[in-house]
Amino acid sequence: MRNPLSQKVQTIQPSGIRKFFDIANEMDDVVSLGVGEPDFDTPWHIRDEGIYSLEKGRTFYTSNSGLKELRTEISRYLQRRCNVTYDPLHEILVTVGGSEGIDLALRAMLDPGDEVLIPQPCYVSYLPCVVLADGVPVTIELKEENEFRLTKEELLEKITDKTKLLILPFPNNPTGAVMRREDLEAIAEVVIEHDLYVLSDEIYSELTYQGDHVSIASLPGMWERTLTINGFSKSYAMTGWRLGYICAPRVLAEQMTKIHQFAIMCAPTTSQYAAVEALRNGDEDVARMREAYNQRRRFLMHAFKEMGLPCFEPFGAFYVFPCIKEFGMSSDDFAMRLLEEEHVAVVPGTAFGECGEGFLRISYAYSIEDLKVALERLGRFIARLRA
Amino acid sequence: MRDQILTFLEKNSKIDPRELAILLGSSEEVISNEIKKMEEEQVICGYHTLIDWEKTDSEKVTALIEVRVTPQRGQGFDSIAERIYNYPEVQSVYLISGAYDLLVILQGKTLREVSSFVSDKLSTLDTVLSTATHFILKKYKDYGTIFGKKSKDERMVVTP
Repeated sequence: MRNPLSQKVQTIQPSGIRKFFDIANEMDDVVSLGVGEPDFDTPWHIRDEGIYSLEKGRTFYTSNSGLKELRTEISRYLQRRCNVTYDPLHEILVTVGGSEGIDLALRAMLDPGDEVLIPQPCYVSYLPCVVLADGVPVTIELKEENEFRLTKEELLEKITDKTKLLILPFPNNPTGAVMRREDLEAIAEVVIEHDLYVLSDEIYSELTYQGDHVSIASLPGMWERTLTINGFSKSYAMTGWRLGYICAPRVLAEQMTKIHQFAIMCAPTTSQYAAVEALRNGDEDVARMREAYNQRRRFLMHAFKEMGLPCFEPFGAFYVFPCIKEFGMSSDDFAMRLLEEEHVAVVPGTAFGECGEGFLRISYAYSIEDLKVALERLGRFIARLRA
Repeated sequence: MRDQILTFLEKNSKIDPRELAILLGSSEEVISNEIKKMEEEQVICGYHTLIDWEKTDSEKVTALIEVRVTPQRGQGFDSIAERIYNYPEVQSVYLISGAYDLLVILQGKTLREVSSFVSDKLSTLDTVLSTATHFILKKYKDYGTIFGKKSKDERMVVTP
């Protein structure tokens, strides 16, 4: 029989997270710090609107780019929160989670051989999606001494005449790093000078704890070079609804809509109706959840300090990225032993790129009570290693 | 700061001021002082425990009583409210807008005890025009807490 698989798909490595999931899933008293999604339920008024749309029999396709009502609300929201202007008719596309936006953008933009710059550690999807879109992923190692921000120098070092696109994933999963306005201005300068585009994944934009999030598209000369991804999963605790959006200049949005139309048709209708409610009346929920995350973040940072576990203070998303180099073992080994000996699940930094070696991603999308139990076990584990 | 402290205490009055200080990015001393001040100013009027009495052996009956009264010259509803809230079995008294004036929440051991309170003590007050008593059959949620529901984390253990 012929090999049913393409060469391309075979070059893609399975996610490093899988192994931990399989083991942790078999344990019954595992305490997890390993999730990448909010612990809150979707606020009831948003769920209620989803239920209501089902009751009313709104169970048909929407237009390819999404409900006009929703795109209008997204446009207003981005103006209000991120200071960027997108025309709801031609520049906003509602997608199946932010993830679909990543795939669409890359497929719409890349020709074989085009290089895409990916700062790592980062979310696991960018690299394989670049490969699937026939691009060439070029990683940039972010450094702890820069608090995992992307610097102008690091960017310049990796630009070639084949570089077309920079992926900018901030606030960052897994490090929790954020880019301040001045950091983005330095990057924008290089991007404009080298005629690049930016795919800015701002899915965690509502979760920043020191000053407001800045969208790179709001900087002078950047709107026309930027594709902005955002969504409802993190800010409104709506991961399972699978709803996000991508905004870009019309010439790009049109082509992405074409791919979306043939591959997906449209994002889930129920989710779209719920999302309209989220954007209209959800600001308070977002603020409430942000405050809760911030408290947990302080709680974790305090606990690490007491344990003597070095960790830069992150101001975004819901992750901390402590350094475990002192124990002289790989992130993978550390995470595996922590899981086996104390039944605590964390994700090794290497799951987010090789340069995550020596770090762990710890999520604080958990109640303080859960965090306490997990930290006690982690503290015990560390004490044993040091003994 | 006060609002934040109160939001925590309203849900969990047992929280350690030290822990609260960490969560709010403040110091234990500041938090403890603020709580003490609020106690003195009677912003914080007491610390109670939310109990699901149904899970215990003790029998309790709770009733909501709607009371229509004639307000008194110069004192409005205050003095009649006082007459009612002084009974120890009365848990709460609220002045209400709408079809009746006072909402009285009463806890007794038996139905008979509650009804005799209404007929003997409440209805006989001069200013009381009428009463309507509703017995509570089941409490689903009280003070923001859903009874008997233990939430389970249904998320996958590890996700990207």
